[in-house]
Amino acid sequence: MNPVYYLYLAALLFTIGAAGVLIRRNAIVVFMCIELMLNACNLAFVTFSRMHGNLDGQIIAFFTMVVAAAEVVVGLAIIVSIFRTRHTASVDDASLMKL
Amino acid sequence: MTALAAASSLTSTGEAVQFWILGTVAVAGALCTILMRRAVHSALSLAGTMIVLAVFYLANGAYFLGVVQIVVYTGAIMMLFLFVVMLVGVTAADSLKETLKGQRWLAAGLGIGFGVLLIAGIGNASLKEFNGLGEANAGGNVQGLAALIFTKYVFAFEITGALLITAAVGAMVLTHRERTERARTQREQSEARVREGKQVPPLPAPGVYARHNAVDIPGLLPDGTTAELSVSPTLRERGQVRDVSGESLAELKALERRSEDWLGRSTGDEAAEPPPGGPAPREHKEGAKK
Amino acid sequence: MENLIALLVAAPLVGAALLLCGGKRLDRTGHLIGTLFSVASFALGVVLFADMLGKGAGDRALHQQLFTWIPVGGFRADIAFQLDQLSMTFVLLITGVGSLIHIYSIGYMEHDERRRRFFGYLNLFLAAMLLLVLADNYLLLYAGWEGVGLASYLLIGFWQHKPSAATAAKKAFLVNRVGDMGLSIAIMLMFTTFGTFAFGPVFAATDRAGQGTLTALGLLLLLGACGKSAQVPLQSWLGDAMEGPTPVSALIHAATMVTAGVYLITRSGAIFNAAPTAQLAVVVVGAVTLLFGAIVGCAKDDIKKALAGSTMSQIGYMILAAGLGPIGYAFAIMHLVTHGFFKAGLFLGAGSVMHGMNDEVDMRRYGGLRKYMPVTFITFGLGYLAIIGFPGLSGFFSKDKIIEAAFARGGTEGWILGGAALLGAAITAFYMTRVMLMTFFGEKRWDPAEVHPHESPKVMTLPMIVLAFGSVFAGGLFSINEAFVKWLEPVTSFAHGHSPVSATTVTAATMVVLVIGVGIAWGMYGRKPVPALAPRGSLLTRAARRDLLQDDFNHVVFVRGGQELTGTLVQLDRSVVDGAVNGTAAAMGGLSGLLRQLQTGFVRSYAVQMLGGAAVLVAATLLMRGV
Repeated sequence: MNPVYYLYLAALLFTIGAAGVLIRRNAIVVFMCIELMLNACNLAFVTFSRMHGNLDGQIIAFFTMVVAAAEVVVGLAIIVSIFRTRHTASVDDASLMKL
Repeated sequence: MTALAAASSLTSTGEAVQFWILGTVAVAGALCTILMRRAVHSALSLAGTMIVLAVFYLANGAYFLGVVQIVVYTGAIMMLFLFVVMLVGVTAADSLKETLKGQRWLAAGLGIGFGVLLIAGIGNASLKEFNGLGEANAGGNVQGLAALIFTKYVFAFEITGALLITAAVGAMVLTHRERTERARTQREQSEARVREGKQVPPLPAPGVYARHNAVDIPGLLPDGTTAELSVSPTLRERGQVRDVSGESLAELKALERRSEDWLGRSTGDEAAEPPPGGPAPREHKEGAKK
Repeated sequence: MENLIALLVAAPLVGAALLLCGGKRLDRTGHLIGTLFSVASFALGVVLFADMLGKGAGDRALHQQLFTWIPVGGFRADIAFQLDQLSMTFVLLITGVGSLIHIYSIGYMEHDERRRRFFGYLNLFLAAMLLLVLADNYLLLYAGWEGVGLASYLLIGFWQHKPSAATAAKKAFLVNRVGDMGLSIAIMLMFTTFGTFAFGPVFAATDRAGQGTLTALGLLLLLGACGKSAQVPLQSWLGDAMEGPTPVSALIHAATMVTAGVYLITRSGAIFNAAPTAQLAVVVVGAVTLLFGAIVGCAKDDIKKALAGSTMSQIGYMILAAGLGPIGYAFAIMHLVTHGFFKAGLFLGAGSVMHGMNDEVDMRRYGGLRKYMPVTFITFGLGYLAIIGFPGLSGFFSKDKIIEAAFARGGTEGWILGGAALLGAAITAFYMTRVMLMTFFGEKRWDPAEVHPHESPKVMTLPMIVLAFGSVFAGGLFSINEAFVKWLEPVTSFAHGHSPVSATTVTAATMVVLVIGVGIAWGMYGRKPVPALAPRGSLLTRAARRDLLQDDFNHVVFVRGGQELTGTLVQLDRSVVDGAVNGTAAAMGGLSGLLRQLQTGFVRSYAVQMLGGAAVLVAATLLMRGV
């Protein structure tokens, strides 16, 4: 088996994540889908790292994880505070930007 | 896995088997994540996918990342998700009915198109051979990463450190609510309750039968109707309230009678037994207290 | 000595500031304060004059640098004064005649409750005029120029409760603005051409500029001069400006303000000498105006307006002389000074007559006043003799020289200009004799029951007497040994003209036309009684009564034309400009309405669009890589 299959898997997971962002309305689930996309990217980076024989890809994946952690913390805090004021976690209800 | 030959074009058969089995699990987990109605289920599916990915990292020679994936992602981030679901997602069972016109079709079309493009791109790249990490991991994967992080990527590392601190502070700022007025005393609260004409005495207790979870069964009012207030609204939202129907009451009564018969304590007051319906619940209630 | 120059300007300026800011406390003494500052300035001028006489002809010019006004990059404007013989002449004329008019105004404005303000304006006017003639660069000159415009606006409209006075002030201001525009553009052109607008460097650099630039400069300066000096085609304001109090007419419209244009042209002589086309324009304007003003003066029954026509005509002489170049500059200034004396005297005399006649201005209601106002009669008479060029009096010397210089221009032009000047002299003799006869001779045409003609108080007659002396002797004094010409020569340069006709012939011809003019006037107004109501008159008379249709011309060409143009432009603006703008706006609005459909406000719709964009990017990348 060629490691390129990992890349196909990563592409598939990424696409599933993207589709999830588009069809789910619960903000938490949307967030999970974003995490899924990030993880798919990480898998691709790790695979690239292996294919090229150096560790830079893993470093990038590492940083992606750190940034994702920061993002999750802030994002979930936002979701909680939105829920507190609006009593809903649906992304469709936060449409105040519409005229 | 540990000693991959340089510039080989195939991995071991063991890894291939592992890939096909776990890969299927990962895709299934991802699909469950986006298709499950309840956020909790989605989160659990995602956690599964992430654990599979951790295994893949290990298989690809990224031992440190594999462990970090399990500890940080599955252990910390996903648990954070579950916490928030617990905080927020009492009603989090999404209806999967689409409200935006054409959104689902667009999502499906674009998703498939995008995936096809990505896969086409990967397929067209000349990736027949790969180097493997044998050389890079020679001094140990963690040591190799550390050498890179603290030399070549030291600025990025520092900056992500600052980012993390900022994120932590930001989360606190977002969720922390400053108390702007004095906390109301118990007396003031009770007075306010009387003034507003809300429920003044304590809430009624649920009907307790020790047969189930018990708190999910509403108590009965004197006229035999259920007391809505006796059950947590959260349970009602979830649809987890057990209804006390007339049949189950009759069943209970029969059981009592049988046991009395068995105990030989029959009183012969059959005639005085009230017809099932209105007064039955009260009797039942009394019975329950025995 | 040169440090005193700024004080010349400062004295009346301080007076104006005191009087205009001092409030009611100064109401009782305001006229004295104003007169004091004016006389102080004159005294200072005399001191400087005495000092200047003590030096050699070559180094009489004084220069005082106060401070740099606007230093911006290569642009440098100084507050700096230059006092040479030309400026000195003007300083003495302005402060001298100005002081006399101040004194006269003490009597004339005695019963006006806003007298303090009037004297404040007079002082302001003097300050601006002095700044104009003392500036050493065009920008500062322009500041004085505008100051004069402002002061004249305030003074003409002094009796602003009269709608006619307010309108006249506005008219004077507006017409002056046209000229000011010419001067300001000239200054800008000067700066772009020479990089400076100080007199010395500009005049030294005239040979470096192209002929076209110099001609443009000359014509723009001429436009400015036309505005201030009431020359054709910007002459229309002068007649209406007689709405102001008579001392104002004497000060502004005889002695000082209208001479600013002559000063400007003489001062810019170096530019005009290098631009023959512009000079030709100057002499044409001068010749046309001297006839125009004279004809208007013949038809007016209002004594002040007749004198205003005369002023316009006499300034025309000066402009004509200034346009002749070095052969005429000195005579232009000489005529300017003598004219300052006799025209101020005539205006003050007219004011005195009006003072005694209950502010009646119509000469057809005068007559036989010589017995009632002997001093006024004599001083006015001397001024009259001076202006018509009676031998021996001031006007004779100065005007004669101008006519001679006009002939000396040579060729057909010389004959035409000389002829026009001679004709002007004849008409001058006619209309001034007419004024004289209608006012002081003949039978009474006023009602003795209502009007009690009387001589004016001493404070008014004294300045008139002083001015009469000037009218009689100034010209003669200046001509002794060509003293005035030599005095001005270092500044304006001088060349003897070579006239095709001898000086004696010119003088004789002038005498002849003088006699003819006086004779006709005597025949028309002296021998037979003057009708109290104006006869219908010939077409020319009627046109002249309407100032030769100047206002009608302006109305038809500029007012109507301007309105038409504005209307067309408004129409154009509505249909084309607004159409384009509104069309663009409507198009954008429609487009936005379409694009708005995309803005659903749903985050997931945006996410779809983002994913679409990402897909396009990936596709583009793959295509670029030749997949």
